[in-house]
Amino acid sequence: MILGLYNYWIVVVLMMIGFYIVIAHGNLVKKIIGLTIFQTSVFIFYISIAKVNGGTAPIIAEGIQLYSNPLPHVLILTAIVVGIATTAVGLALAVRIKEAYGSIEEDEIQKKDNLDC
Amino acid sequence: MKDLLAAIMLSGIYGLLSASFFVAMDAVDVAFTEASVGAGISTLLMLAAITITGHSEDPVRHKPVLAAIVVFITGGMLIYGTLDMPYFGTAQAPVHLHVVPRYITESMQEIGVPNIVTSVLASYRAFDTLGEVVVIFTAGMGVLALLSMVHGPMEKAEFESINDSMHEKYLILRIVTKILIPFILIYALYVQFHGDYGPGGGFQAGVIFAAAIILYAMLFGMRTARRVVNQALVRLIAAFGVLFYGSVGVVSLLNGKNFLDYSALSADPVAGQHLGILLIELGVGFTVASVMVIIFFNFEGRRKKSNTTETKV
Repeated sequence: MILGLYNYWIVVVLMMIGFYIVIAHGNLVKKIIGLTIFQTSVFIFYISIAKVNGGTAPIIAEGIQLYSNPLPHVLILTAIVVGIATTAVGLALAVRIKEAYGSIEEDEIQKKDNLDC
Repeated sequence: MKDLLAAIMLSGIYGLLSASFFVAMDAVDVAFTEASVGAGISTLLMLAAITITGHSEDPVRHKPVLAAIVVFITGGMLIYGTLDMPYFGTAQAPVHLHVVPRYITESMQEIGVPNIVTSVLASYRAFDTLGEVVVIFTAGMGVLALLSMVHGPMEKAEFESINDSMHEKYLILRIVTKILIPFILIYALYVQFHGDYGPGGGFQAGVIFAAAIILYAMLFGMRTARRVVNQALVRLIAAFGVLFYGSVGVVSLLNGKNFLDYSALSADPVAGQHLGILLIELGVGFTVASVMVIIFFNFEGRRKKSNTTETKV
């Protein structure tokens, strides 16, 4: 059944929503929100790959034979914390841009830059 | 949506929802991290950022039709690419075949830690995790470089004169937060040290610990919080965490084993693994907690500065 691929489609839809926000919105904070949605879709992609039907969480306990795949969990766990740290750097850049240009709308920043030239 | 506040609140709810996805897909550790980061710290940082950059968004879009076409074509190609992928939940998918069976069957004998995620994170792939911790540390330093303030004596006095403490104004907030903070701190320590046996570990514990300190700062105001939490010390702890992690690896090198091979730490290899995991999770916890505190305090300090300069002008 081709419907067995639905997890990837959800990921693609979420990823494209994030992508659209990143390219179509001019506000820098909104772009960062779009990036976090994009990022979360990659997290969901990895975690859905790790799922095994009938498996349980990868914590060894007696009487359980089938576990979900722990490796993607490890990668994503660290990626989430790294993601928030890098998002913070992005927001810090937006704050500095606001202080330098008085705006975080791309158009207005571009206009000011053109005037300076 | 024109109002960024609403968008940020929605993204917080989205974070919590994706945490529940992760629980449904058996990734308890990841869900834990996403709940504390996506729904907690990330929402908070974005709110702190929009208090400086403004709440409203220009409704004009850049070539929305072209953007939508690009998005649809990319999405269509990605979906076409998924047609060859293994179905959701198949146990025979390639991703489950190579190194993973060894983690699942051998890790109990080799590492002696029931939580496989912890043993992979802190032992099999400890070098990778060291890299991640260094990235977090670097990001913290980046925020510090972008936002930190050098206070002259005048500015400092001005800074001190702002009283943004909320605890006199709101009775319920004051009582609830005062009761909650010690429990949050204890819970963070439990998560830190119980990561071997259940979901948890240094990353989650660090974020929860930082959340407690941030809660304190929001209730009692930045002035009090700066007095309680010494910023220079926090920066030192952030650096110490990374250094501590790395030096555990160097100790195993000096004992004639590979970098971060903890069996060198004790005569019994499994006991050495336990010790090593405990130590490096501590290093991770130190760095993550202090980097989160550094990031929050710098955003807040910037806000005070921007507001005072605006009122002066």
